[in-house]
Amino acid sequence: MSDLKQTPLHAEHVRAGGKMVEFAGYEMPIQYPTGIVAEHRAVRTNAGLFDLSHMGEFFFVGDGAGAAIDGLVSSDVAGLAVGQARYGLLTNERGTIVDDVIVYRLAEDEYLMVVNAANIAKDHDHIRKHLPKGVGLDDRSAETALIAIQGPRAATILSSVTDLEERERSIEGLPPFGVTRARVANSRAIVARTGYTGEDGFEVFVDNDRAPQVWSRLLAAGGSTGLIPIGLGARDTLRLEARFSLYGNDIDETTDPIEAGLSWTTKLDKPFLGRDAIAAVKERGPKRRIAGLEVTGGVARHGHAVVKDGTVVGQVTSGTFGPTVQKNIALAYVPAELAKVGTALAVRIRDKDIPAKVVKTPFYKRSAP
Amino acid sequence: MSSVPDDLKYSKEHEWVRVDGETATVGITAFAQEQLGDVVFVELPEKGARVKQHSSLGVVESVKAASDVYAPISGEVLERNVKVIESPELVNVQPYGDGWMIKVRLADKGELGALLSPADYRSHIGESAAAAGD
Repeated sequence: MSDLKQTPLHAEHVRAGGKMVEFAGYEMPIQYPTGIVAEHRAVRTNAGLFDLSHMGEFFFVGDGAGAAIDGLVSSDVAGLAVGQARYGLLTNERGTIVDDVIVYRLAEDEYLMVVNAANIAKDHDHIRKHLPKGVGLDDRSAETALIAIQGPRAATILSSVTDLEERERSIEGLPPFGVTRARVANSRAIVARTGYTGEDGFEVFVDNDRAPQVWSRLLAAGGSTGLIPIGLGARDTLRLEARFSLYGNDIDETTDPIEAGLSWTTKLDKPFLGRDAIAAVKERGPKRRIAGLEVTGGVARHGHAVVKDGTVVGQVTSGTFGPTVQKNIALAYVPAELAKVGTALAVRIRDKDIPAKVVKTPFYKRSAP
Repeated sequence: MSSVPDDLKYSKEHEWVRVDGETATVGITAFAQEQLGDVVFVELPEKGARVKQHSSLGVVESVKAASDVYAPISGEVLERNVKVIESPELVNVQPYGDGWMIKVRLADKGELGALLSPADYRSHIGESAAAAGD
């Protein structure tokens, strides 16, 4: 795996026995010796630590930065107050999805956009092409490490190694999708209450050279009470139970936000790139829709055909066994009229049609704290 | 180090065989289940089906992916392990015990000669482990 990039936490993963695989050009841990199911449960019941340093960080500075991003992202970026973050979609003129991102407003005229690792170069080109002259774009993906701590005990653990710049504030007091500058394990950091697991949790951005220290201090602070490192395998089962889209699987440049079930993050009453095309889809109604499936008698996987009465009608985009819901779950594009909850379908697994049912998503929702 | 019991025979594809007269019990090895990770689904042939040496007899799915299980010997399926279908995690917990997969009436005892001894299988996974670690 010599031509692959490594994150600044590579040595930590190897030391912990992480099974390293290729992901988006990086060598990343898919699981540790504890195994995917145990890692998944740790995040749902306790806390888990994720290395997401492969992901991309774009910093925007300048008068008009907010308005410029608002013109490229589907959600209400213009409405973000300083210290707030929002999920949204980069869309193109055709109204299809270039990437899914989170935009953080760090200061009056300073924003951070986190993008998927596989899309860093593409997104950079896309944004450059549409960015007005006065707004600076600084791609700090290669210099920035991202560590996520997720789970019901995440706040307590992170809090024990963090100093906030304003004394009256606390990690526990940071609202969901709140973002602030802080010192984590004596390192300059950006801390946000965001994540990709369906649990409470935080994402911590630090410079590469600080990442090993932050990682070990967090593990030391939480390890005795069950904090463990989590690989990409459990990251995928956690996000799918919570019904978060995975770019490249569930959404890409052939899918639009309406059929992808992402209308909620698409603000059609403002101008943004692709808005008119998306509004047209919404107006006439999408031909297909993403549906949540529960499969009985087999595990649906990306690429499997969805079948209705023996005829192929769609395709599974993500599928796994959900360790918390204890069911085989999947997302699949099906004709809009077959996307209704309760519809009986089948998934073709190894040439057999295995019964599946359209169910409400998310498959898992954490109970209120 | 994966456990490799001395009273079994092994295939290169990481199945084990326990021979008792004309009957053979088949499962996957500790090494195989470690490589797969948490097993969440097992598909096995029904009683009366015929399995053929080196052909797929069924499938185990881990959280990550599906993998074929190959028949280490040919014969008629006398029984399939219903418990492992209901509780696939038995493959991880007791690969050589309650995690067994099928019992087969041996069609040709001569086929057993093509299987690996415990010592040979140990060196086989020693090599596999080295290759996988590259």
